[in-house]
Amino acid sequence: MPTLNVNGRDLEVQADPDTPLLWVLREQLGLTGTKYGCGIAQCGACTVHIDGAAVRSCVMPLAAMKPAQKITTIEGLSSGASHPVQKAWLALDVPQCGFCQSGMIMAAAALLKEKPRPTDAEIDDAMTNICRCGTYNRVRAAIHVAADGGTPKA
Amino acid sequence: MAANPLIPEAPARRRFVVGSAAAFGGLSIGLSLPFGDDAQAQPAAPEVNAWVVVRPDDTVVVRIARSEMGQGTLTGLAQLVAEELDCDWARVTTEYPTPGQNLARNRVWRNMSTGGSRGIRESQEYVRQGGAAARTMLVQAAARAWNVPAAECRVERGTITHTASGRSVTYGQVAAAAATMPVPENPPLRDPKDWKIAGKPLKRLDTAPKLDGSQIYGADLKLPGMLNAAIRACPVFGGKVAKFDAAKVDRMPGVRRVLQVGDDAVAVVADTWWQAKVALDALPIDWDGGANTKVSSETIAATLKAGLDAPEAYVGNRAGDVRAGLAGAAKRLEAVYGYPYQNHATMEPMNATVRWTPERCEVWTPTQNGEATLAAAAAASGLPIAKCEVYKLHLGGGFGRRGHQDWIPQAVTIARALPGTPVKLMWSREEDMTHGRYHPVTQAKLVGGLDASGRLTALHLRLSGQSILAGVAPQNLQDGRDPVVFQGLSPSGDGAFGYDVPNLLVDHAMRNPHVPPGFWRGVNHNQNAIYLECFMDELAHAAGVDPLEFRRRHMQKHPKHLAVLNAAAERAGWGKAAAPGVFRGLAQHMGFGSYTAAVAEVSVSKEGALKIHRIVAATDSGHAVNPQQIAAQVEGSFAYGLSACLYGECTVKDGRIEQENFNTYEVLRLADMPKVETIVMPSGGFWGGVGEPTIAVAAPAVLNAVFAATGRRVRQLPLRHADLKRA
Repeated sequence: MPTLNVNGRDLEVQADPDTPLLWVLREQLGLTGTKYGCGIAQCGACTVHIDGAAVRSCVMPLAAMKPAQKITTIEGLSSGASHPVQKAWLALDVPQCGFCQSGMIMAAAALLKEKPRPTDAEIDDAMTNICRCGTYNRVRAAIHVAADGGTPKA
Repeated sequence: MAANPLIPEAPARRRFVVGSAAAFGGLSIGLSLPFGDDAQAQPAAPEVNAWVVVRPDDTVVVRIARSEMGQGTLTGLAQLVAEELDCDWARVTTEYPTPGQNLARNRVWRNMSTGGSRGIRESQEYVRQGGAAARTMLVQAAARAWNVPAAECRVERGTITHTASGRSVTYGQVAAAAATMPVPENPPLRDPKDWKIAGKPLKRLDTAPKLDGSQIYGADLKLPGMLNAAIRACPVFGGKVAKFDAAKVDRMPGVRRVLQVGDDAVAVVADTWWQAKVALDALPIDWDGGANTKVSSETIAATLKAGLDAPEAYVGNRAGDVRAGLAGAAKRLEAVYGYPYQNHATMEPMNATVRWTPERCEVWTPTQNGEATLAAAAAASGLPIAKCEVYKLHLGGGFGRRGHQDWIPQAVTIARALPGTPVKLMWSREEDMTHGRYHPVTQAKLVGGLDASGRLTALHLRLSGQSILAGVAPQNLQDGRDPVVFQGLSPSGDGAFGYDVPNLLVDHAMRNPHVPPGFWRGVNHNQNAIYLECFMDELAHAAGVDPLEFRRRHMQKHPKHLAVLNAAAERAGWGKAAAPGVFRGLAQHMGFGSYTAAVAEVSVSKEGALKIHRIVAATDSGHAVNPQQIAAQVEGSFAYGLSACLYGECTVKDGRIEQENFNTYEVLRLADMPKVETIVMPSGGFWGGVGEPTIAVAAPAVLNAVFAATGRRVRQLPLRHADLKRA
């Protein structure tokens, strides 16, 4: 039985090896914060971190995962939504319907880990997730706020 | 729900009553759902009236009949109730009453349908009265207990004080008694200029659970013993299942059932959705597409083109004599435009969870129209409507798609095959893309006549194409005519034409292809504004007059249209030099009761690459319940409208939609998104909508700016087909 490390715990999962990580998270482990939006790595709603890097879990088969890899989902990003990205998102009222926002937040958190003060061009390159409500401008603004710790300057 | 050990339990982790109450249904009105311990732990509190429940701990629960899909209506409606109620905003939470309860209580919550940007404008009066009546009853209860006149009591943030004696009591302490007080009829409402909660840029009530994955959408619902279903309907609209070979897949992992659903679809039910999808992908299905297999985008375009000159057409707006006006014009201009099919592409695919027994049918689903969902479920269930119930879940996008109910009969039919077992049906993205309720396809031919002074004296705008009403509600046609096709071009009403043209004819040759149409955020305003506003730009150019000045000359009888146009132009710096290489275009339009205008700033590289830098948008919605949310809706409307303008297109081949996913149905992403500066300028005296109106001006402002930059008129959408390279 494959073993995964998810949000800091080692777990055995029962699923066909071809099952994408997204569906293991959602249907085996009950972590439904990670969303299905397209199934072909186009929309980014399924974004999780694997060893800190943003990965689109809908095209990552279970068989390709190694037990040592650390998977973080939106539920495990922080305790009490305390990550600077989550704080900035709250401060700027970023989400509308919210369905894409788990993926947006995970992509933004990975970006900031790699580039603590991203430029607009770097945000353009990293944030390719689809939002149909059109929260893009607030996403951009919130990433800049998160780079400053997550609390907007008065 | 039992705590998931993979989700860290922070000591400071807040429970969000909004999220759980909304997700788990209206518990305080006596419903019990099979999960949701948090919500069930809430003590039952009596309602003061249908709109307001005050719990003993002073939490105020505002009932929200409309659906929240990201547009912020939930927060706005709560503000309106709380304003009149005079409660403490920090203690306000919300819940959805169910459609079944609404039916059982003689529609005490009235219309639950959420579309047409009507959520606030069409319910503001009665929800405010609900808040005001509850306030009166709460004060009466306190006054009676003190044996003093109610007029001697005042209220501040949910605390009632008897001024003379200094005694005070909180709403929570008198709520039970208040419920027995006489219900005031037509309680007076506050003048909006005195608003303290409404009209303010308050934060949304529903944000927090969207930040940590705890918001439960329909796609996330899990009931005990639930199975999962994937479905495939005939890719040709109107076609049927010919045959399928269930034996090929029914022993695949997790598969429980393979069944035909209606005459046009096949579903696989399995332990998990992924297993169901894998088996469905492996299932051999033969389709009988029928006559529609011969239809393509080309045949549809030819049908519409013929309508542009057809002698028979329904009239939407007429003044003077357009034929004589055009004949007598000093200069005539003619242009043909076209607008394609588009999918809503909500991020959350269509889904519903149903538990059916011979005694009861329960449906959990994200819907924009809970009552229509209830009716659809009842019809498919074989049960009387009183034995059916719908629990509305937060929507992962709506945009009009979830006002249609096509997935509900499917889900109920599947659940009927497994009595007592809850089954969640979820569409794949491919199913969602190819079985939408599409933005209708239309073309337009415009002929304009200018007099020697450059004044527009005659305009004929002929629409040809699909009627949404003919497809979804033919009973609402008026002697065959669809009034909705004339949105924004009508002589009066909530989408009134904004120009003075002495000889005017707007008419429609209805041509209905087999592709099912639907209400798509902005609806017919989207293309009508392109047709009119781009052609006005063409006329201005032909007259040799600045596009703003040209419009102004024809808007003297339309001061509200003109006011937003002027505001957007002034903020954008119209008439002043833009940055080098940057060009401006503008548009104005009225829709859903609101006046809107936009200026777009674009640049086009020599290679033809378009960059939209900035949008300035002005909106007059009469009243503004939450300016911050209006700004968010305007920003979002430009993302949706520019997505349509630049990329949106569903093409038809062999009777089916060709685009199956976001790799072929491109949408706007962050890097394309311009800055949006929003001017919220409520002029008072009327209530207009917010979610949709500004979409209409997105595309024409950009297209007019593209003309300014390149000299090219893009008349066929989407813009990505246009070659903007310059020699």
